[in-house]
Amino acid sequence: MAEPIMMPKLGFDMAEGTLISWTIEVGQTINKGDIIAEIETDKATIEIETAVSGTVLQLIGEPGDIVAVGSPIGYVGEPGEAPPAGGAAGAAPAAKAESESAAAAAPVPVAAPAAQAAPAASGSDDGFIKASPIARRLADEKGIDLKQLTGSGPGGRITKKDVLDFEPGEAPAAPVATPAPTPAAAPSTPAIPAAATRPSMPTFSEIPEGPDVEIIELSRIRARIGQRLVESKQFVPHFYVTTEIDMAAALELRAQLNESIAEKADKISVNDLIVKAVALTLRKYPNLNSHYYGDKIVRHKRINIGIAVALDDGLVNVTAYDADKTSLGTMATNNRDMITRARGGKVKPDELEGSTFTVSNLGPHDVDHFIAIINPPEAGILAVGSAKKVPVVLDDGTLGVGVRMKATISVDHRVSDGAEAAEFMQNLKQLLENPMRLLI
Amino acid sequence: MADRPITIREALSSALREEMHRDESVFIMGEEVGVWGGTFAVTRGFLDEFGEKRVRDTPIAEMVIAGSAVGAAMAGLRPVAEIMTINFAFVAMDAIVNLAAKMRYMFDGQFKVPLVIRTTTGGGKQLGATHSHAPEVIFAHFPGLYVAVPGTAYDAKGMLKAAIRDDNPVLFVEHSTMLQRRSPVPADDYVLPIGKSDIKRKGDDVTIVTYQKGLEWSMDAAEELAKEGIEAEVIDLRWLRPLDLEPVFESFKKTNRAVVVEESLPMFNVGAEVAAQITNECFDWMDAPVQRVAAMDIPLPYSREIELAALPSPAKIIKAVKEIV
Repeated sequence: MAEPIMMPKLGFDMAEGTLISWTIEVGQTINKGDIIAEIETDKATIEIETAVSGTVLQLIGEPGDIVAVGSPIGYVGEPGEAPPAGGAAGAAPAAKAESESAAAAAPVPVAAPAAQAAPAASGSDDGFIKASPIARRLADEKGIDLKQLTGSGPGGRITKKDVLDFEPGEAPAAPVATPAPTPAAAPSTPAIPAAATRPSMPTFSEIPEGPDVEIIELSRIRARIGQRLVESKQFVPHFYVTTEIDMAAALELRAQLNESIAEKADKISVNDLIVKAVALTLRKYPNLNSHYYGDKIVRHKRINIGIAVALDDGLVNVTAYDADKTSLGTMATNNRDMITRARGGKVKPDELEGSTFTVSNLGPHDVDHFIAIINPPEAGILAVGSAKKVPVVLDDGTLGVGVRMKATISVDHRVSDGAEAAEFMQNLKQLLENPMRLLI
Repeated sequence: MADRPITIREALSSALREEMHRDESVFIMGEEVGVWGGTFAVTRGFLDEFGEKRVRDTPIAEMVIAGSAVGAAMAGLRPVAEIMTINFAFVAMDAIVNLAAKMRYMFDGQFKVPLVIRTTTGGGKQLGATHSHAPEVIFAHFPGLYVAVPGTAYDAKGMLKAAIRDDNPVLFVEHSTMLQRRSPVPADDYVLPIGKSDIKRKGDDVTIVTYQKGLEWSMDAAEELAKEGIEAEVIDLRWLRPLDLEPVFESFKKTNRAVVVEESLPMFNVGAEVAAQITNECFDWMDAPVQRVAAMDIPLPYSREIELAALPSPAKIIKAVKEIV
């Protein structure tokens, strides 16, 4: 009996994935847990494993196809068995035209697949406009052209409210109309107001054409970053506290430790020291290790530090779980492994989630100082500059050479206030300036 | 006399008692209804009050109970037969579906079947997959058989009286976890109409269509939703057959959105019927697809936590409402 291979759900808010490549072929025998394909989600490119075993009977979909979570992407069964002719029950017609042979079983196109980025989310190329029956009727009665509206309902559906709220003469509606991502804990009041209540985004003027410009389609990850950070900047009241940290002792400690570590892969980075120090400091300031949910603040008992990793086209956060409890050596090895895999698109889904506070370190890029945008629903993020040799006033009042690093915490003012953030930074500074405590 | 809050158990008991005093042809039969006073104590004291002729203990044989009750009804009596739980009504399916529901039709009206079969339904009590069904919708499939599903003491009393007085067979379904629920009931005699649903809560934002245990969950969900400014209109069907959807259509034309809530399994259930009828009657008023909240499509697990997780809950209703509001 043929069994389907499904597009897996690799994160609580993943609705669809883009097939990047297959690593298996028809006729090959696969076992549960084997890597079968690479897919791209909103967050990263990920290798996926099969949950079923058998001989591959059919692979559905070409690289580039967008497939809804839970839809079949292939079938396994006994050698020689025919794949099911009807494909998955309820599978909709293929999104692309190339589906002569696999029409019924082709990947299910996700309604409004580009809802995050495409203008006029309710419409599509073939002129179909997604609107509820009553919205259509009311628009008809009022003489409103549905093309002028952007839907606030699921999948960009134009609802009754959208028609009733529409002011004639209003500009074509906002290009971004995706509902706020729902946090895993499903809070009673969202941290960020629903799309319908948000002020509309500025209208973009016409896209220039011609030889002087190159048009780049927004990748899924860029669209996702854009969406999340616009929401963060619009709805999270950020404030910032900066301090300067004497890193001489920390760098000396790191050098000593690394002398005793033979394997390059196990050596400790400055970032590892900072992540460890942040985690230990968060123990004292649990309020900053929390998520904000409208009428509730969820303080996390585990301290999981998100580490921002730059990719060729975007960035991801990988998570150092229980960073306060993990020894520096173990953490250094883990972090390097995760970061390397993230850059190669081989990160695991659970490594991309679960962070309770984030560290963004541009130190290796020779920057003095910068400030970072909070990754909701987290309450804070630390932006770290380079540790640099600078002239300093020594204790005896004379000038000397010191090593200083600037760090700035961005905090959600709905969760915490300036004094707490300042104390946090002071504690972090003391810890990094007396770094032996990081080893305990 | 002023209304007094009584339990559903007391409401059922008083309806039976009053009808047995009112009409000598009414009698009760079933497992343990006499000496023991009923598995759910609805007929406690009846044996002393009405005697062995009108309060009859039967063997543990549901086909016999339902079959002989049909015969008694055809012969002119008004039996109120009790099948301890609806899980055992499957054994009596032929008597219910092929005898009770068909006699009047098959014999061109020469016989009436003024029969009430009382039974209890519902899961959530760790009784395992075979003893936790809420399958009343199955019985509502067949023309010729009324199916009553009261959710309050007031409704239970008025509907049971109506069922006993009506000349058609009625499967009267009581929920085993709701017998202690109280609501005000007038002391005076009253009878509710057969096949009339009832608006249990007014609201403008979404219509929740439900019955019995679903009513309890839905009212809790509606209170929570109200705190967030979402006002749900809760419509209690009260009868699955005759099914009265007029108030549902009227409500839907106001709210444009509906959620159907029930303890049944999700396939071919009340939600499927109601959603289809709303789509037909109210298509031009639809602002979102009708949502359905039902039990998971599995045999009900024994483990308490998993059993409760498999059943609907106010949280699941709130989630379904928020999908469309």
